[in-house]
Amino acid sequence: MARIELEGISHSYDSSSKPEDQREYAVSGLDISWPDGSANALLGPSGCGKTTILNIISGLLYPTAGRVRVNGKDVTGLAPRERKIAQVFQFPVVYDSMNVFDNLAFPLRNQKTPEKTVKTKVEETAEVLGLADRLKFRTTGLNAADKQKISLGRSIVREDTAAVLLDEPLTVIDPKFKGELRRKLREVQNRLKKTMIYVTHDQHEALTFADNVTIVKDGRLIQKGSPEELHAQPATPFIGYFIGSPGMNLLDCRLEANRLQFADFELPIGQDMKEKMASYGKDFKFGIRPEFLDVAAEEKNRAVAFTVAVIEDTGAYRVLTCDRESSRIKTRVTESINIREGDRVWLEFPEDKVNLFYNEQRIV
Amino acid sequence: MKNRGWLFQIPALAILSISAFIPLMTVINYSLHYIFAGSAPTFVGFDNYIEVLRDPAFQGALIRQLFFSMGILAVEVPLGICIALSMPRRGPAVALCLVLLGIPLLIPFNVVGIIARVLTQSSVGLIPEFLALVNYDFNVSKYPVDAFATIFLLDVWHWTPLVALLCYAGLQAIPDAFYQAARIDGASSWKMFRYVTLPKLRSVLIIGVLLRFMDSFKIYAEPLLLTGGGPGDATTFLSLHVARKAESYQLGYAGASSFIYLFIVIVFSYVFFQLMTHIGKGENQ
Repeated sequence: MARIELEGISHSYDSSSKPEDQREYAVSGLDISWPDGSANALLGPSGCGKTTILNIISGLLYPTAGRVRVNGKDVTGLAPRERKIAQVFQFPVVYDSMNVFDNLAFPLRNQKTPEKTVKTKVEETAEVLGLADRLKFRTTGLNAADKQKISLGRSIVREDTAAVLLDEPLTVIDPKFKGELRRKLREVQNRLKKTMIYVTHDQHEALTFADNVTIVKDGRLIQKGSPEELHAQPATPFIGYFIGSPGMNLLDCRLEANRLQFADFELPIGQDMKEKMASYGKDFKFGIRPEFLDVAAEEKNRAVAFTVAVIEDTGAYRVLTCDRESSRIKTRVTESINIREGDRVWLEFPEDKVNLFYNEQRIV
Repeated sequence: MKNRGWLFQIPALAILSISAFIPLMTVINYSLHYIFAGSAPTFVGFDNYIEVLRDPAFQGALIRQLFFSMGILAVEVPLGICIALSMPRRGPAVALCLVLLGIPLLIPFNVVGIIARVLTQSSVGLIPEFLALVNYDFNVSKYPVDAFATIFLLDVWHWTPLVALLCYAGLQAIPDAFYQAARIDGASSWKMFRYVTLPKLRSVLIIGVLLRFMDSFKIYAEPLLLTGGGPGDATTFLSLHVARKAESYQLGYAGASSFIYLFIVIVFSYVFFQLMTHIGKGENQ
C-alpha cells in the first residue's frame, strides 16, 4: 500500500506544437496527496477533469507538466503495470471465458505465483468480497454488482497493489444492488486498509465512501476535506450548493451599518461578524443550509416572513420552497408542523450556521 | 382469434412453400422411387439411399468435400482474425481497408470461376507462366493437386474478407476498459488475445464459421468452370456429383444423395454451433 501524490499536475490535450499561452488545460496546477491506506473520493461535476486526473494517476496519460509519486518515488514515466495501480472501471470487466476463481487468480498467475499461494490468496479475497460460495460459478450468469466485485477482487488480490482507483463503479449497477455494493466497497477498504480513490460525480457516493473528499471543478482543486468539513465549511458557494441535499441556499447581500441588506429583507448581525466582514468589502454571498433554518408557523421576533410555494415530501423529511418578492429559500423540516402550500412561514437564520463568501471564497 | 399476426405470414409461407417445401418433398419423393427419364416411377423404398452410400464415387466426393471444407475453416478463420487484428482502428485508412476487403465479396461465383480459368489456362494464363520461371509445371487440367489447390486458394481469396469483416466489427465493439484492465492485471499480449479478444469475438466467429462451412460445403460454380470437376474427379465435390447424376436423369439416386447431403450439412452445422457456444465458457457448478 502506498501514499499517492500529485505535484503541480497540469494537462492539456492540445498538441505540444501550440504556443503555451494558447493551450487549453483540462486540469491545471493540481497538488494533491492521498495518505497510505486512506479512503478517498474525487468528486466533481461531469467534465471537470476527473477522468484526466485518474488516467494520469494510473499512467494511461502522461501529464503535460508535474509529477506523480507513489510512496515518494517518481512514477510519472512508468506504465500502468509498473506503477502497481489497479483500476475498477465503470463497466464491470470480467473475463467471461473463466469462472470466478480463475478471474480472481488471473493477476496472480500472470506473475507466475505458485498455485498453492494462488489458492489461498483467491480464497481470502473471495471471502472479503462475499463471493466465497460462488468461486466455481461461471461469470456469465452473475449480475453486474457481483461482476464489479470480481473487478475489485482482481485489483486487491495482489499484495503489491499500491492503490485502487474506482472510476464511477456504481454507474451501471442496478439500484437494487447499488447500496449493497457501496457498503461492500467501504467494508473492503476498512478491512484491508488499501489506498483507494473513488471517482464520481455523485456526492452521496463520495461522502458515504470516503474519509477524505477532494472536490475538483474546471480542472482545479477547490477543496479537500472530510465530508463533515465540506458540509459545514464549504470553501466556495459552488461546494455549498453541490454538497448537500438540497444544496445550500445562496443569496446576495450587502453589508450596511448593523445589518445585512438583502434584495427584499434584512438581517441584523453581531459586532464581531460586522468587523470581520468590513475588512473585506461590502458585497457578499450569504449561504445557509436548508436544514439549519428555523421554521415557525407563527410570527416571531427577528424572523422573516416567507410564503411556501412548493412542498416536496421525501418521506423522511419535507423540503419547503419559500418565496418572498425576489428571494427564494429552501428549507428542510422533519417534524410535522402543519404547513400547506400558500401558507406564510417565518424563517430564522441562526448566526452560527451562516456561511459568508466574498469573491467566491468563504470568509465566515 | 386473438392474434391476427399469422395473417401477415401467409405471403412469406406461400413463397417458402413454393421455393423450399415443395421441391424438398419432390426430392424425397424421387429418392424413394426408381425413375428413369419419362418412364413410370417404381417404388423402391430405401434402395436408392443404400446405393448412394455404397457408391465409391459418392464416398470419394464426400471425403473430398469434408477435407476441403475443414481446410477452408482452418485457413480462413485464423487468417480472417489476423487481418482484422492488423487493420487500423480509426482514421482514413479504415475506409480504404474496408473497400479492399469488400472487392472480392462483390464478385459473383461464376465470375470468380472464369477469372481462375483465365489465370490458370496453360500456355496463356499468368500463373503457369510465373510458375514456369521456378520450373514448376503448373497445369490444372493435368494435375489433381494443382486443380484442388487452385480452387482452395480461390475460395480463401474470395471469402476470407467476409470472416475478416465480421471479426473487425466484433473487435470494434470490445470496450477499451477490457484491455486496460488486462494490462493492469499484467496479462501478456497472447493472454489478452486469448482471454479478452477471442471470447468477445465468440458470437461473430460462430456466425463466420457456420457461414463459411455451409457455403464451402455447397461449392459448385468454381470447380465446374475451372475444370468441370476434373482432372479425373479431383475437384468433384458433393454438389457437382449430385448435379451430374440429376443431369443424367438418375433422379432417384440424385434425390437420395441430395437428401443425405442436406442431412450432413445440418448435422455438421449443429455440431459446430454446439461446440462453439459451449467451448471455453468456464466450468459451472
